[in-house]
Amino acid sequence: MAAVFLASAVEMVEALTIVVAVGHTEGWRPALRGSFVAVLTLAALVAVVGPALTKVPLDALRLVVGGVLLIFGLQWLRKAILRASGLLAKHDEDAIYQRTVEKIDADAAARQNHRVAFVLAFKGVFLEGLEVVIIVLTLGASARRLGLASLSALAALLIVGGVGIVVARQLSKVPENAMKMTVGVLLVSYGTFFSGEGLKIRWPGDDAALVVLVAFFAVVTWLFVTWVRPSRDVVVSS
Amino acid sequence: MVVGFARFWWDFLVGDTPELFVAAVVILGVVAVIRLGAHENALAVAALPLLAVAALGVSLSRARRR
Repeated sequence: MAAVFLASAVEMVEALTIVVAVGHTEGWRPALRGSFVAVLTLAALVAVVGPALTKVPLDALRLVVGGVLLIFGLQWLRKAILRASGLLAKHDEDAIYQRTVEKIDADAAARQNHRVAFVLAFKGVFLEGLEVVIIVLTLGASARRLGLASLSALAALLIVGGVGIVVARQLSKVPENAMKMTVGVLLVSYGTFFSGEGLKIRWPGDDAALVVLVAFFAVVTWLFVTWVRPSRDVVVSS
Repeated sequence: MVVGFARFWWDFLVGDTPELFVAAVVILGVVAVIRLGAHENALAVAALPLLAVAALGVSLSRARRR
C-alpha cells in the first residue's frame, strides 16, 4: 500500500498548494468550505463506486485496473525522468501558488461572497482528490484490500495536511519529483503485475515477482535518466 | 457534466502522451495473444515488462528529439 500512500501524498501536496493560496488571499473560511465540500463529494463517490467494484470478476478487474495503472504509471515515470534529467522544467509549487493568487486577484471585481475562492478550493481539492480516489479504488480493489488502501490515503491526507499547517507556503521544499518517480516505478510495477494476472500469467514466485518488477523498473528508470540527460543545458517548459 | 467526465478520463489516460496509451493497449493485446492464444507463460512473463520498457523508451526518445 506504499504506492497508494505516496501517490495520494503527491496529489494532496498539489491540492494543498491551491487551498493555501486561496486561504492566504481570500480568507480561510471559503477555502476550507470549498475543500470540505470537495472531500464530502469524493467520499460519496467512494461509497457508491467502492462496493460495486468488489462484485466484478477478479481477472477482468485486474486486467482493466492493471492497464490503467500501467498507462498512468508510464506517464508519471516519463515526466519524472524528463524532469530528473533536466529536459523538463521541475514542477514548481511556488509558481502554482503565485498563479492561483493572480487568478483570484483578476477575478476580484466579479466575485461575490467569496464564491471564487470557494470554487477554486473545491476544484483544486476535487480534481486532485479524484486521482487519489481512482488510485485507491483500483489498487485497493485489485488486491481486495480496499479498506487498507483507504487507510493509506487517509494517512497521507493527515500527514500532508499536518505538514501543510506547519509549513504553509514552503511547499516547494517537498521533493516532489523524487516522490513522483518512486510512485511511477510502483504504479508501472503494479500495473504490469495485475494486468499480467488478469491475462492469467503465472508469475514466478507469485507475489514475490512484484518485488523483482519494482527493482527492474527502478534500474530501468535510473538508466533512462542517464540516457535522456542532455549533454548541454536544454530545458523546455512543462 | 458528461463532457467534463469524459474530458477528465481523456486527460487522465491519454493527456499529452497518446503514444503511451496506444502502446499499453497494444502491449496488453500482444501479451494476451501470447498467453491466451499460444499458451506461452514464460514468454508472456518476459514480454510484458520488456514491452513496457520499450514503450517508455520510445516516448522518451520522442521527447528528447523535440
